[in-house]
Amino acid sequence: MNWLDIGALDDIPRRGARVVKTAHGCVAIFRTGDDRVFAIDDRCPHKGGPLSEGIVHGHMVTCPLHNRVFALETGLAQGADAGAVTTYPARIEGGRILLDARRLLRGRAA
Amino acid sequence: MKKKLVIIGAGMASGRALEHLLSVDPQSWDVTLFNAEPRGNYNRIMLSPVLSGEKTYAEIVTHDDNWYARRNITCRFGESVVRIDRHNKVVHSSKGSAPYDKLLIATGSAPFIIPVAGKDLQGVVTYRDMDDTQAMIDASARSGGKAVVIGGGLLGLEAAAGLRLRGMEVTVIHLMGHLMERQLDPAAGYLLQKDLEARGLRVHCKGATKAILGKDRAEAVLLEDGTVYDADLVCIAVGIRPETRLATDAALDVGRGITVNDQMLTSDPDILAVGECVEHDGQLFGLVAPLYDQARVVANTLTGQEAAFRPVQTATRLKVTGVDLFSAGDFADGPEREDIVFRDPARGVYKRLVIENDRLIGAVMYGDTVDGSWFSGLIRDGTDIAPMRDTLIFGPAYQGETGTDPLAAVAALPSDAEICGCNGICKGAIVTAIEGGDTTLARIRATTTASASCGTCAGLVEQILACTLGDAFQLPAAQPICGCTDLTHEDTRRLIKARILTSMPAVMQELGWKTSCGCHICRPALNFYLLADWPLDYTDDPQSRFVNERNHANIQKDGTYSVVPRMWGGMTNPRELRAIADAADKYAIPAVKVTGGQRIDLLGVRKEDLPNVWADLNAAGLVSGHAYSKGLRTVKTCVGTDFCRFGTQDSTGLGIRLEKRLWGSWTPHKVKLAVSGCPRNCAEATCKDIGIVCVDSGFEIGVGGAAGMDLKEVERLAKVATEAEAIDLTVAFFQLYREHAKYLDRPYKWLAKVGLDWVRAQVVDDPENRAALIERFDLSQSLYQRDPWADRATPKAQAEFAPMADLTQEAAE
Ligand code: SRM
Ligand SMILES: Cc1cc2nc3c(=O)[nH]c(=O)nc-3n(C[C@H](O)[C@H](O)[C@H](O)COP(=O)(O)OP(=O)(O)OC[C@H]3O[C@@H](n4cnc5c(N)ncnc54)[C@H](O)[C@@H]3O)c2cc1C
Ligand code: SF4
Ligand code: FES
Repeated sequence: MNWLDIGALDDIPRRGARVVKTAHGCVAIFRTGDDRVFAIDDRCPHKGGPLSEGIVHGHMVTCPLHNRVFALETGLAQGADAGAVTTYPARIEGGRILLDARRLLRGRAA
Repeated sequence: MKKKLVIIGAGMASGRALEHLLSVDPQSWDVTLFNAEPRGNYNRIMLSPVLSGEKTYAEIVTHDDNWYARRNITCRFGESVVRIDRHNKVVHSSKGSAPYDKLLIATGSAPFIIPVAGKDLQGVVTYRDMDDTQAMIDASARSGGKAVVIGGGLLGLEAAAGLRLRGMEVTVIHLMGHLMERQLDPAAGYLLQKDLEARGLRVHCKGATKAILGKDRAEAVLLEDGTVYDADLVCIAVGIRPETRLATDAALDVGRGITVNDQMLTSDPDILAVGECVEHDGQLFGLVAPLYDQARVVANTLTGQEAAFRPVQTATRLKVTGVDLFSAGDFADGPEREDIVFRDPARGVYKRLVIENDRLIGAVMYGDTVDGSWFSGLIRDGTDIAPMRDTLIFGPAYQGETGTDPLAAVAALPSDAEICGCNGICKGAIVTAIEGGDTTLARIRATTTASASCGTCAGLVEQILACTLGDAFQLPAAQPICGCTDLTHEDTRRLIKARILTSMPAVMQELGWKTSCGCHICRPALNFYLLADWPLDYTDDPQSRFVNERNHANIQKDGTYSVVPRMWGGMTNPRELRAIADAADKYAIPAVKVTGGQRIDLLGVRKEDLPNVWADLNAAGLVSGHAYSKGLRTVKTCVGTDFCRFGTQDSTGLGIRLEKRLWGSWTPHKVKLAVSGCPRNCAEATCKDIGIVCVDSGFEIGVGGAAGMDLKEVERLAKVATEAEAIDLTVAFFQLYREHAKYLDRPYKWLAKVGLDWVRAQVVDDPENRAALIERFDLSQSLYQRDPWADRATPKAQAEFAPMADLTQEAAE
């Protein structure tokens, strides 16, 4: 693991998301209504919609472009839709968000 | 000059009065609110769920700091008023004073304390406010504690049940032969006692308290018959008396309460009183329903409108979870009175109706109270029950020949049977509407208002439809909003209003949402309903909005955004055009396009540039065009009398004035307007949501046009002579649509449901209603007409639109 401090929990609104830029594209960091954080690729497998701009409900997000729903924990599309987005370990420590950046830093393949 | 209104007491009655007053007249008053308690308004009747742990204090606050702040109310909480100086029109408090033009006394009641030895010991409490409740909660925190509640009425039993749920060993001591003797007869009192005992309470009836024993703090309660009950906590809940001391000292007329007339005026015409502290026509009040009626009268009296308080019968229910009891009217025995009684001992059900001269005058029910409101209605209306006497006690479902078939029962209802209790609509009116062609619930609701308030009679109305239309009618399958609820949009909207639900958690809790926080379908709808219905109380939730409305720009297929500034009525000038050109250059915006809505679109802007682009455009006076919102989009105009040889009126000016009035408001779906200067209609007004065509003699206002997925010509709402009337009708229509339409219905879809006639009746034919709609719209605009771009053209917002971290430069170790 390579935990990186990427910012404060309060930088993200509840039921909202912000993005982290990486060499392999943007990663969306979600904060749910119960104050958990999840990190997933910010690209919908359908047509590339920015998932960080979707509406967050429970531990799920709805893509803003065509409403596919993804589970934040597993990255799996819900319901009839197939597909998945990559997830990354993230946790909160003392009000800070830590992201496991092993697969995200320069010099490594995704 | 604003008039000074001073209010003594921030309780349930004055809270309601303030709401009414400031919603009809938000501008004229300078309000100072004193409260002895160190807090503002909360829902006192919900103290019992707080005591039992089923709710928190925060959940029962009805008016928070924000509420007062937004209305500029001077709050002096924790400050008791000690004297009223009527001569100089000043009230004095423990900490200062305040002059008044009008004074409202709303001091509520004080708990009655039995004059026994030991009543002042530590550990002896009453049950009236949050401090009392907290004291009881604290006392119950010590394990193995014992409590004695003196008084087996409504308050005492709620306190006892709450303390029991908190784990205390509780004894209720009651002076009379059975519990709640003012609301229940002995049989129901007995069932109640049995139920409470089954929940682990001890009940001692016919018990007179002699003394509270203890050295420094309460240790036990001694009864006249010699019984002693150990007690770490003693709660005295034996009754209340109106808090009249200030009024008495100020030499106002005071009986048992402060005497008021029908207008809620005391013997001093500048002093009003409301709530439990008053006496009206010899009567005192201890439940909130009549106080709410009083509060409405207070607001009317203060604003110079005619109104008179008329007390109506109120029913009682006990708020102890799992105990179902109901009592209304008078149930004392009497020579002319007869009883109908039903018992089902196995289920613990007891019902008793008291009848005098073929009228129902009282009802007591225990264990099964679903028909309570129906019986209340019969009592209130003095209905002749002779024809249904045999089956009366089985409730409304059994009225009619065939007993259990609900349709037959509905068919058998007489035509003057009241169906919609809220709006007083009887069966005959509904049948007439159906025969006149209103063959859906929505149409009936629109023409008769039946089921338009609390909605509980919607099922009955549908049954009337079914039995009036016979086979021609199929009960529609209600389409719920989404998987989170079984309720339709319409039902949800109605319940939000009827039950005064002012926050998203309140809606989800009270209406039984099946998910923890909704989904992408229901949340945007609820967010709109709440902000449209409660503009002052609800705070917009950006996280419940679609990306476009959250980011105030249209998202494109590649994740960039478009930016469309407003061009009022399609007019622009070199300065604005230059600012748009400069922004396009500076931020390397790939495309600039003229839209179909008479303005300019900058396409392909990166998210992190948005706040900067906005700031630059703002500097040239350009504001958001809301091209992304369910709200006012464009008002297209033609050149009109300014330049055109056929123009009949100032169509450009009217369009601009309408756009300036309506911009920034949120609506169920987008709304587009147009104003053409003559029937050649160059602004295409006849296919807009609202389109005005100017003619020599005035303005033709059309509504419900469409030129998107459906193509529809507007229908004529009205023709008016002056521009002022045209603006009024437009604004009123706009607000009616905001208040009633389902989320994501364009006006033409909504009109198809409610009918143009109904809309005309609201907006055109009823000037009072029109004025009220306009007023509510303007009130909402006073908060919502803000340029969202200006609000976000700040460094903080700029930071929020940027990535929270950039790892592209970090290398793996
Ligand atoms: C920019 C514009 C096209 C243009 O280049 O001219 C446009 C662009 C969009 N329209 Fe439109 N409409 C535009 C004028 C119109 C018009 C013409 C008009 O307003 O006179 C219509 C037909 C009139 C009407 O609204 O009835 C129109 C009917 C629609 C509809 C169908 C609405 C309907 O109820 O049938 C949609 C879909 C929707 O809103 O659900 C839509 C939705 C859209 C959206 C917002 C689709 C979306 O969600 O992404 C487009 C955003 C494009 C973007 O990337 O920014 N647009 N759209 C026009 C902006 C006008 C403005 O200044 O605000
Ligand atoms: C535990 C409990 C449960 C109840 N349950 C129900 C129920 O289920 N149904 C129902 O209809 N009713 C119920 N009631 C009754 C209902 O709460 C009251 O009828 C209602 O609150 C009375 O409103 P009010 O404004 O007249 O007085 P209050 O709400 O009591 O408000 C009066 C306020 O004035 C303040 N005040 C008094 N004197 C001064 C002064 N000199 N200076 C400044 N401030 C002063 C007091 O501190 C108080 O905050 C219940 C009451 C209690 C206590
Ligand atoms: S609508 Fe009539 S007045 Fe307006 S531009 Fe067209 S022709 Fe001229
Ligand atoms: S891009 Fe996400 S659903 Fe189409």
